[in-house]
Amino acid sequence: MSLYTLTSCIELGLLYGLLTLGIYISYRILNIADLTVDGSFTLGAAVSVMMTTIGHPFLGILLGMIAGSLAGMVTALLHTKLKIQPILAGILTMTGLQSINISVMGGKPNIGLLNVETLFTKSRELFDKNFGGSLVGLLICTLVIMYMVLFLHTQVGLSVRATGDNEDMVKSSSINVDFTKTIGLMLANALVGLSGALIGQNQGFADASMGIGMVVAGLASLIIGEIIFGTLAELIFRKKNILIHVISVLLGSVTYRVIIAAALEINISASSMKLISAIIITLAISYPVLKEQLAFNRKKRLHGKVRKENETCSL
Amino acid sequence: MLTLNGISKTFHPGTVNERAALKNISLHLQPGDFVTIIGSNGAGKSTLFNMISGNFIVDSGGIILDGQDITFMKEHKRAKVIGRLFQDPLKGSAPSMTIEENLALAYMRGTGFKIGFGMQKKEKNFFREKLAQLDLGLEDRMKTKVGLLSGGQRQAVTLMMSTLVTPKLLLLDEHTAALDPATAEKVLQITKEIVEAEHITTMMITHNIQSALELGNRTIMMDEGKIILDIKGKEREGMTTEKLLECFKKASHKVLDNDRMLLA
Repeated sequence: MSLYTLTSCIELGLLYGLLTLGIYISYRILNIADLTVDGSFTLGAAVSVMMTTIGHPFLGILLGMIAGSLAGMVTALLHTKLKIQPILAGILTMTGLQSINISVMGGKPNIGLLNVETLFTKSRELFDKNFGGSLVGLLICTLVIMYMVLFLHTQVGLSVRATGDNEDMVKSSSINVDFTKTIGLMLANALVGLSGALIGQNQGFADASMGIGMVVAGLASLIIGEIIFGTLAELIFRKKNILIHVISVLLGSVTYRVIIAAALEINISASSMKLISAIIITLAISYPVLKEQLAFNRKKRLHGKVRKENETCSL
Repeated sequence: MLTLNGISKTFHPGTVNERAALKNISLHLQPGDFVTIIGSNGAGKSTLFNMISGNFIVDSGGIILDGQDITFMKEHKRAKVIGRLFQDPLKGSAPSMTIEENLALAYMRGTGFKIGFGMQKKEKNFFREKLAQLDLGLEDRMKTKVGLLSGGQRQAVTLMMSTLVTPKLLLLDEHTAALDPATAEKVLQITKEIVEAEHITTMMITHNIQSALELGNRTIMMDEGKIILDIKGKEREGMTTEKLLECFKKASHKVLDNDRMLLA
């Protein structure tokens, strides 16, 4: 793997890492599999690319993030006020967003950025041709992680965390669960929108279908990060806290991009990647169950053997 | 303190499953009253608690707590002044958060959201002091995740959480039923101490007739959604388990072979 591939893996890994952090909030903290992500990612990209074409790349990033959080709010309202199950609420928002995204892009299914100044072209000019992009990613990720970890230790943050853990307890602490869920989903999708906004400018285009499979990619990154870096960090630091967890998740996103680049290098076609991602997630999520099943089978076999030996003895 | 004005609740009205869970219940509690509630399964005890805490809204009647009509108040708003403990010790605390984080959340009940961190040094010290009162050694384990505690410890922490900001009313729904006898005794003892020290108006559901008569100053017996017996003062002092079963027979016109039916 060339140095160039590796730097672009890091760059993409950090930018997609924001999406993974969003999924960390909805999936791990709120305990909701939020499918809004596929739509809010594209929404962020569409808004950001449109703003960039009229010469406002910074504003584009900010608006992309806000648009994402609004998408999260719609899902949250569908779920909390209209009592639609969270998965379905996410699917509904995501489906609705497909139309909205195309109208944001002026009725076209995709738009490109040619010879337009973006956050990334600026950074590459200012700092370094190779690492300029990664630098933007690193800076934004650091800021996001800092604020996110701080937020999760505030009173509102505590109650958002408790909501995913034990809703009844949050209610009996006189906290409105609808409110904490809405805050959580808005924050999660703000990060997803931010990620989309950055990716849009980084790749130089927005496409109506660019968000497909983002939930799966994000989940895969999350789980890879937790398994590899989470375990590693636990061995080194002998403790587990939110900061360590969040950084492991971000590193997981970079690793996921490296895995994809490696797979492409050994000529696995790009179209198979979705299948591979799905398989990775299935294996990673079911790992504890599989482990237990294997242990059970081993014990059963051993037990059978011992009994057989005993039977032969008694004969 | 608490006044129930003829509250009724029917589940699945108009269907074959229609069941009147509460029938025109009226009750008045003085401040500082400790009422124990007994009755067989399906008598409406838990439904009564669900009505008071706002889990369900009543079909008719009204609920007044400390002069305020809370009949249609949302559950989480009522929780500001009503503490509640369940039989399941897992229900009252967030397992993947630490003891101090759980207490910080419970403490918000009184203060509401504040901008800033979940806990200040002063609050941490306050939590430590409170935990030390439980005498379970938890004050030295404030950074331990609640999910790692035993059922009894968790129930004790939950009790501490629901009384950290003194509630106007404390609802205990068989909160020691899932614990082993020794731990149950300990948790009951802690309950008694906290309730007496803070002078909290309390309602406690129990299936243990003995402790129903020992604890508190008033005992209510429910059957088929009605209060069939309400004893306090002198009458209660002279009451024994046998007499109570006799009373049940008279009041409900049911023949009761032994106490199993009541306890089942």
